[in-house]
Amino acid sequence: MRLVVDLNKCQGYAQCAFLAPDVFTMHGEESLVYDPRPEKEHRERVTRAVAACPVRAITADGLRDAPAGAGQEASDAR
Amino acid sequence: MPAEEFHEWLRREGRIVIVGASLAGLRAAETLRAEGFTGSLTLIGDEPYEPYDRPPLSKAVLLGKASPERTELPRRREIDATWRLGVAATGLDLAAKRVRLADGDEVPYDRLLIATGVRARPWPKEDEAQLDGVFVLRTRDDGVRLHRRLNASPRRVFVIGAGFTGSEIASACRERGIAVTVAERADAPLVGALGGVVGAVAADMHRENGVDLRTGVMVTGLEGDSSGRVRAAHLSDGGVVETDVVIVSLGATRNTDWLEGSGLGAGPRGIACDAGCRAFDFRGIVTDDVYVAGDVARSPHALFGYQFLSLEHWGNAVAQAEVAAHNMISAGADRRPHLWVPAFWSSQFGVNIKSVGVPSMGDEIMITQGSLAERRFVGVYGHQGRVIAAVSFDNTRWLEFYQRQIELGAPFPVEYPTVDRRPEGRKPVPADFPDPSLPTHGPTVILSGYSPADRRLVFTPGRH
Ligand SMILES: Cc1cc2nc3c(=O)[nH]c(=O)nc-3n(C[C@H](O)[C@H](O)[C@H](O)COP(=O)(O)OP(=O)(O)OC[C@H]3O[C@@H](n4cnc5c(N)ncnc54)[C@H](O)[C@@H]3O)c2cc1C
Ligand code: SF4
Repeated sequence: MRLVVDLNKCQGYAQCAFLAPDVFTMHGEESLVYDPRPEKEHRERVTRAVAACPVRAITADGLRDAPAGAGQEASDAR
Repeated sequence: MPAEEFHEWLRREGRIVIVGASLAGLRAAETLRAEGFTGSLTLIGDEPYEPYDRPPLSKAVLLGKASPERTELPRRREIDATWRLGVAATGLDLAAKRVRLADGDEVPYDRLLIATGVRARPWPKEDEAQLDGVFVLRTRDDGVRLHRRLNASPRRVFVIGAGFTGSEIASACRERGIAVTVAERADAPLVGALGGVVGAVAADMHRENGVDLRTGVMVTGLEGDSSGRVRAAHLSDGGVVETDVVIVSLGATRNTDWLEGSGLGAGPRGIACDAGCRAFDFRGIVTDDVYVAGDVARSPHALFGYQFLSLEHWGNAVAQAEVAAHNMISAGADRRPHLWVPAFWSSQFGVNIKSVGVPSMGDEIMITQGSLAERRFVGVYGHQGRVIAAVSFDNTRWLEFYQRQIELGAPFPVEYPTVDRRPEGRKPVPADFPDPSLPTHGPTVILSGYSPADRRLVFTPGRH
């Protein structure tokens, strides 16, 4: 499982940190720090975090149900 | 062959070569396949690794939240490509449409994308740069080495240059309880990118977090001990700082050396291309089979007076790669311009810093939200009566609004009433950027001239 967060898009809503706290953590008030290569055991939670991000800032591959970049195919350019 | 037919053929069985297998190269490859390119695709990269993400190297990795060896980029889709990793491109024959490789191979192409990015500018005195304990931070290998050294509890880390990367490194060290000295030639950190008004806030952040910040000084030399390990840094004000780790954060140099003599408009400031990402040759004539994307590119932007922008921004690499890939396999009328509004983030001392637009073009700044003293604000930059950029400290939710203002060419000074504007924000003040003719440590946006063959700008470390 590999992941990257487009931190230009990220609004620091922290949904991901709530759903997968071992992978995503808030650092200060609105900075997000994450592990780009989480262990397999976090897969379910990361899948939920990807789906829950209100601005679709998280791109991940190796998730079971969501194929690589589900919903992330759109351009990162806004 | 008529253009339509040619592109039909190109999409079906053409040969596309991408030099530079990092963020821009990978995203371009994915876009080509997503848009139906079924020909052969080759990615050439001099690093022996799969594409990985660099921003974590100065943040999550140094904070111990990620491993420097494990920041590979996720794939958006299968790309079915031939990977030539660990081998550099050493030359380009534009007429024969071939890329030469360091191992003697030649790779022919119908369309070429150059995404060779930048490399860290090393400490200019070579013998001093060789000392054990002197680092730069750009690559995964740099990240591994630095990470290892910081884990060995250095007595003091000395950072040369308080741009974004230098500041992030200082911040991570402080968080880990390591003593840090930062030396910056300008009067404050981040001045080249955000100006003196915001730089003063950054300086406070450094000092409050226990960084020994020395501004307005130059590092004149690094001193090693008899076993070749760095032991001290000497400053222009006569100061000497004992240290066992020196991190050189003096910005970056474009990876264009391999194109010397190729006839492309490539030089130390990057490779000039049009808004459709097609490279210019040195005569200023646009090519139709060579494209550029990412940190190595310089392209004109309509919103910013058609100035050529060089952006060392993650988001730009992605967006420009997508446009380049689309245009590589599209005929004239279907091509798109790269009109991405520059956007950037940084995270340091627990504060989320973001910007949109081109702050360094701003003459004046107004604090339209929050306040500088609270470290929670939005600053809007104006140029010739227009909103040209905005920066936020822990106030990211407002930036999208300001991006729209930039795109609309909204008037400056801004007149709308904002939610929590304080008295200090009612009037614009000079944004206080340093003289652009002096090299600075780390502006993330470099405005450069109009001539693609212009090679006059040379960095002069002697001043430093
Ligand atoms: C420590 C660090 C922190 C960063 N933080 C941020 C941030 O917070 N926000 C942000 O917006 N941006 C940030 N960036 C910038 C961001 O990482 C870059 O904008 C991005 O990597 C650009 O991607 P690129 O593909 O254009 O170039 P690069 O990532 O530089 O990739 C170019 C690749 O081409 C290879 N190459 C070069 N020459 C040759 C050759 N002749 N033959 C073959 N291969 C070659 C290089 O080795 C490299 O692998 C940061 C960068 C670093 C280093
Ligand atoms: S859920 Fe999305 S917007 Fe919120 S912090 Fe996570 S990545 Fe950022």
